[in-house]
Amino acid sequence: MTALDFTARARTSLRDSQLRRNIAKATSTIRAKTARVAGELPDWEALRDAGQAIKRQTMAELDRHLVALEASVTAAGGVVHWARDAAEARTIIVGLARQYQAGSVIKIKSMTTDEVELNPALSAAGITPYETDLADMIVQMAKEKPSHLLVPAIHKNRAEIRDLFLRELDPAAIPGGRLDADPSSLAKAARAHLRAKFLSTKVAISGANFAIAETGSVVIVESEGNGRMCLTLPDVLISIMGVEKVLPKWEHLEVFLQLLPRSATGERMNPYTSVWTGNRAAEARAGDGPQVFHLVLLDNGRSKILADEVTRDTLNCIRCSRCLNVCPVYERAGGHAYDSMYQGPIGAIVTPQLRGFEEAGSLPFASTLCGACQEACPVRIPIPNILTHLRAKVVAEKRQGLGALNGENLAMQAAKAMFDHPTLLAMALAAGRIGQAPLVRDGRVTHLPPPLSGWSLSRDFPALPPESFRDWWAKREPRS
Amino acid sequence: MKISLFITCFNDALFPQTGQAVVNVLERLGCEVEFREAQTCCGQMHHNSGYQKEAIDLVRRFVEVFEGAEAIVVPSTSCTAMIRSQYPRLAKAAGGEALAARVEAIAPRVFEFSEFLIDRLGLEDVGAYYPHKVVYHSSCNSLRALKLGDRALRLLRNVKGLELVELARAEECCGFGGTFAVKNAETSTAMLTDKMRHVLDSGAEICTAGDNSCLMHIGGGLSRQQTGVRTVHLAEILASTDQAAS
Repeated sequence: MTALDFTARARTSLRDSQLRRNIAKATSTIRAKTARVAGELPDWEALRDAGQAIKRQTMAELDRHLVALEASVTAAGGVVHWARDAAEARTIIVGLARQYQAGSVIKIKSMTTDEVELNPALSAAGITPYETDLADMIVQMAKEKPSHLLVPAIHKNRAEIRDLFLRELDPAAIPGGRLDADPSSLAKAARAHLRAKFLSTKVAISGANFAIAETGSVVIVESEGNGRMCLTLPDVLISIMGVEKVLPKWEHLEVFLQLLPRSATGERMNPYTSVWTGNRAAEARAGDGPQVFHLVLLDNGRSKILADEVTRDTLNCIRCSRCLNVCPVYERAGGHAYDSMYQGPIGAIVTPQLRGFEEAGSLPFASTLCGACQEACPVRIPIPNILTHLRAKVVAEKRQGLGALNGENLAMQAAKAMFDHPTLLAMALAAGRIGQAPLVRDGRVTHLPPPLSGWSLSRDFPALPPESFRDWWAKREPRS
Repeated sequence: MKISLFITCFNDALFPQTGQAVVNVLERLGCEVEFREAQTCCGQMHHNSGYQKEAIDLVRRFVEVFEGAEAIVVPSTSCTAMIRSQYPRLAKAAGGEALAARVEAIAPRVFEFSEFLIDRLGLEDVGAYYPHKVVYHSSCNSLRALKLGDRALRLLRNVKGLELVELARAEECCGFGGTFAVKNAETSTAMLTDKMRHVLDSGAEICTAGDNSCLMHIGGGLSRQQTGVRTVHLAEILASTDQAAS
């Protein structure tokens, strides 16, 4: 296992001028739109409170709600599977696809399938997965990874997508082999390409935005309608969801169907909201639409997140991606720096909890703790507090045994000793004033030695002044 | 009113002139200022970097030093935010009931400098004179953790001779973030570059804020690029009068 190095990955993205421009442009557009449509609701803050409260109450009794969901889905003719981890989820889904003799599957809206690395497992079993969400399809064709929760191809502009389509789309989808880079031409070509898949593929795999325990209904919200195609055309529908997606009651959906689109795309309502309940719909009985419905409930580390009362709120995320769009680090470092299907501030707390600190321990540090994410989050997840909590866990792991000899820990212990003993601090400052002499020019230090050299990459450091504040205070005339 | 100054370790060592300015302003306004010499650091660096055990000790130290003070004034938005937003949580989680109760008692008496002038002294005009073109950087902690709003701007608008100009994307972080600036130096620099562009576009000669850590970052970049724009803490602007303009 190689450790995920955010710093190094960001370094690469920072130099990609096309990427920087694409992301800055896209996030500033979405930022303005979401701020406008969130701001226009007089009860927006109350909706956020409600969203947070419903999620917190649900998590407090998650076990009960999941059992209720299983019962409702089963009663409606669906089959529920429980997956403890990624491997179990893969085994279940690949097994089902085999059982239904699928040579290929169409997929929609599932970051969870990315999380469990389903596509490679399907391919290995001889089953070709086709992503049908436009941006997911683009990312899949380009053999890249998504760089944004909601706009997975945000790093690509129209010209880049046009070139990709010319290379990768079914030639029948591009009559005459001529394709313009305007959105409607690109959409037309993609539609022709995907339509053929929708009509010929018998098994679909989807994610879920919400699942309602009391009714057994599963909900997907989307903008394109490709999800609706996947959910209604094939004979077999397999949906996978993280256990945290359950909502106890149908009435709770109302809150999230307002919070989600307004926070995500800046739309008052998303164009397509699909809700299905088992396979008992009249259409299914009449032979139209999925005859068989499977629901996979995935834990994969979520129980552990739930068990810690600080990190618990991580699970309240509705994947709107608003925190990415307001994050100054995400805007510059880009989504690929997070090396995960979950990027930005939410990725910085989710990924290390799913993949462990040894692998993803750099992510909690990929933040200035500026708080823009928490301020924007529709369900008020205290991301900065969770980040510092995770940092403490990373540090605790790192300084076990001989790890305590790492430079940062030694520096932190030295600083602590000085803060415990002001006289030591005064002595250190006096020594520093002498020691800094070779580095100071015109009252500034322009080159710092490692490990502080990162600072002087782009910034001068002020030289220690001849006296500290407390020196000045001590010498001051007493006031009457 | 007797005010206890929490200078913060950072200002004590690197920016003594900010502390002197705070004393100057408060005494000019008729307050008595004391300095408790056992004070050191609020623990923010340790807390934000993941050194929770060390941070808790520093919480305890702060409480022991400042217990009983009538009002504690802090010329740093991030240290104020550490004390007010993080101490109660930290104390509850790791310091025991007794420490939590002592923190609860002390936290409401901790004021960021501009907040103290406006909310406790009820002043927006402190009689300052500063004939310069100035742009104000609202630190993330001022904006989001402390929700200080336009307090600093109200004080600046009342400074004689001062021309206040607007900063584009004022709500965005400068990219400092403590050890972030060192660990993720390139990303931090990318944020700083944009912040500096907005500062330079404003046409100001001085960039001010209520926190010297943001200012050391922005100022360090402005200095490296030889922009000719300086950073000055808000307290130093407010300390300047037509008797002794700095």
